Amino acid sequence: MDLEYGERYEAFRREVRTFLDEHKQDAPPAGLSGGARKQLIRWLGLQIEHGVWARTIPQEYGGYGAEPDLLETVIMDEEFNRAGLQRGMNAQGPSMLVPTLLEHGTEEQKQRWVGPTMRGEVIWCQGYSEPGSGSDLASLQTSAHEDGDDFVINGQKIWTSTADKADMIFVLVRTEPDAKKHVGISYVLLPMNTPGIEIQPLRTMSGDLGDNSFNQVFFTDVRTPQTNIVGKRGEGWKIANTTLKHERNTLNSNAEGTLLRLIKLMKQETVNGVPAIASPVYRDRLMRLQGRVLAMKYHGMRILTSSLKRESAGVAGLIVKLQNCQLHFDISALAIDVMGELGVLYDHTKYERDEAYWQTHSIFSLGLIIGGGTAQIQKNIIAERGLGLPREPKPATR
Amino acid sequence: MDFGLSEDQELLVETVRNFLAEKVPITRVRELRDAANTGDRAIWQALGELGVSGILIPEQDGGSGLNLLDAALVSQAIGHAATPTPFLTSSIMVPIAFRPLATSQTDTWLRRIASGEICFGLAITEIFSVREEAGITFDGSTLSGKAMMAIDASQADFILLAIGQDRLAVIRRDVSGLEVNRLVTIDATRDTSELLLENVEPEAIFENAGEAISALLDAGRIGLAADTLGACEAMIEQSVAYAGERKQFDRVIGSFQAVKHMCAELVAELEPARSLLWYAAHCFDTVPKESPLMACHTLAHISEIAREIASVSTQVHGGIGWTDEQNLHFWFKRIGNARHLLGGPESLRNRAAEIQGLAIAS
Ligand SMILES: Cc1cc2nc3c(=O)[nH]c(=O)nc-3n(C[C@H](O)[C@H](O)[C@H](O)COP(=O)(O)OP(=O)(O)OC[C@H]3O[C@@H](n4cnc5c(N)ncnc54)[C@H](O)[C@@H]3O)c2cc1C
Repeated sequence: MDLEYGERYEAFRREVRTFLDEHKQDAPPAGLSGGARKQLIRWLGLQIEHGVWARTIPQEYGGYGAEPDLLETVIMDEEFNRAGLQRGMNAQGPSMLVPTLLEHGTEEQKQRWVGPTMRGEVIWCQGYSEPGSGSDLASLQTSAHEDGDDFVINGQKIWTSTADKADMIFVLVRTEPDAKKHVGISYVLLPMNTPGIEIQPLRTMSGDLGDNSFNQVFFTDVRTPQTNIVGKRGEGWKIANTTLKHERNTLNSNAEGTLLRLIKLMKQETVNGVPAIASPVYRDRLMRLQGRVLAMKYHGMRILTSSLKRESAGVAGLIVKLQNCQLHFDISALAIDVMGELGVLYDHTKYERDEAYWQTHSIFSLGLIIGGGTAQIQKNIIAERGLGLPREPKPATR
Repeated sequence: MDFGLSEDQELLVETVRNFLAEKVPITRVRELRDAANTGDRAIWQALGELGVSGILIPEQDGGSGLNLLDAALVSQAIGHAATPTPFLTSSIMVPIAFRPLATSQTDTWLRRIASGEICFGLAITEIFSVREEAGITFDGSTLSGKAMMAIDASQADFILLAIGQDRLAVIRRDVSGLEVNRLVTIDATRDTSELLLENVEPEAIFENAGEAISALLDAGRIGLAADTLGACEAMIEQSVAYAGERKQFDRVIGSFQAVKHMCAELVAELEPARSLLWYAAHCFDTVPKESPLMACHTLAHISEIAREIASVSTQVHGGIGWTDEQNLHFWFKRIGNARHLLGGPESLRNRAAEIQGLAIAS
């Protein structure tokens, strides 16, 4: 066991810290609207220049071109967390599509999309789920018929986060209607302004049409060249699972920063003149959460070690999304309790704490428990793939 | 031994549920939310016509003179429908507070409540939780200060407020020197506001009101627990219905053991809570000595299971449960708001320990 990252990495950490100290004020506000978008592009460009974003992406694709190094990635995440800064980008493009393209894309696709995506010039959304196909994603019905060199796409996607702000969509379509459900799917890249695409925003339960918005995306005779497929025709399921793997990694975000924010709140918030942190009951709940956060933090180091050794973390890796999403939900639950009757204040009302961060975070965490594979599906995966238990038998056909 | 609801009570529940389903369906709740209206008078008046707003008010004052258990059942039906209406305040807490304080003035107010003509807001948060340096003082003739998270006050005709721990006052909503600021919460179905008072002349002051305050808190906590329980019932009913309809992997999701177990666990929590609520309400009516303890435990327990029920019910629905369109969130947020409205679970349990002499310092 050796927990030191070593001098080389500590030097890198200092570099990142210096960058953040110097440029913190350049970070854009959350969101993708108007001015924020311009600021975001500038901010990401600055990060790439300093090698703290797109670090391991080859220069020919617009990255910084460093050797892949997981520890450096971890250090960057840690330092951004510490500085209380978001990476500043919706995850779909940089964290899901880009790794997928680097693994499965053609040379031309990498040239065309990786750089602009990392720079925030192209915003992506993920067109997987359909009204009838959520957990059972492979049953998706959106079809793509061959017509000369093109595909013609018809169908509907739903729960498409940030589709209303996206320039592009990576979308799963059925290209081989007669094949079995897992082998008839292809993975296609489409500009959102292609004729025949219609977007309908869906309000989320928090009333949000803003940055975490949901949408329905309708496709009516949408024409696209066949060359916009990633990977081979009919191999979309495999490619989609690469993306899902990356999605689940991004949903694994460590709860340490959130816990720190809670501790700060508990020092500030007083009831009957006593700070919340002085209540043994609340403090015990906090310490229990901290125990869980620490377990998941060191668990993260263990998973990281497996990745460094190019080994599978096995069942230890499969539990991470399940545990972390619930942990985030439970942390916000304590924050809401600590604020007592004022914990429900919302929508910029007087006396609202922390800009209603905790209500937003609570609802968002609940969304993440569902999105990217529900908690129940995660448990099936843990039991079946992790523990080798048999699948639930198919019901007898009547 | 007969522990359960009477035929009359079953009928009462059915009547109120049917009435609300027809008069204030969730589509209407949504319209009110969109209009930021938490005090639709038509609903309140209709409840008066139905005869439930005076459920606890003596018959000679125009009410039905029934018990808290009956009122709790109505509250449960209101929670089940997520109805924005001042029933908890005007029909439970205020009439209970006035019982030991009765004057001809309070009798008149009660008569007007029973008919649906007026309603009351309530500002009592500072009895159990002081934040933002709130508190009302009385200089012998007028009231000044701040009250946080007043319930149903912004659109009421009168407001009952606490001054310290053993004084109550009634003020008019339109009295000079009173400023009422709506406080927006996640829950669009319950009216909350802050009151700022500057030399406000009260309509009435009640000294030595400790007994009334204690009773209004007990009854309010039981009534609120009932409301939350009703909201839980609604979320579970919708989850079970959805689990029986929605198909994935060529089968209804309710046929997956994972989904079955989620639903089963929800009712396993709900049903004992229902029994607990009945007993607590029964205590208030017949074993008053036990009432403060039962009220604290009942609200604390129901608030706890409700948080879980709200989260799991949303999960049973998958992505659609996370949308505004699905309606489920109206109950989710009503439950969330109720959790701390009359004391959060931790403080209620601490009170429960104190009542039993168990809060022994180390
Ligand atoms: C916040 C959020 C963001 C999202 N963003 C996107 C996006 O950008 N792009 C996109 O394509 N999708 C997105 N989704 C959709 C998400 O992937 C789906 O909601 C999710 O996969 C569940 O599918 P569903 O909603 O159809 O629920 P269903 O699959 O209908 O599930 C309903 C219930 O049944 C259970 N269930 C289903 N099958 C089984 C089984 N075999 N065993 C046990 N239980 C089962 C589920 O666990 C759930 O409790 C997002 C969802 C959320 C909540």
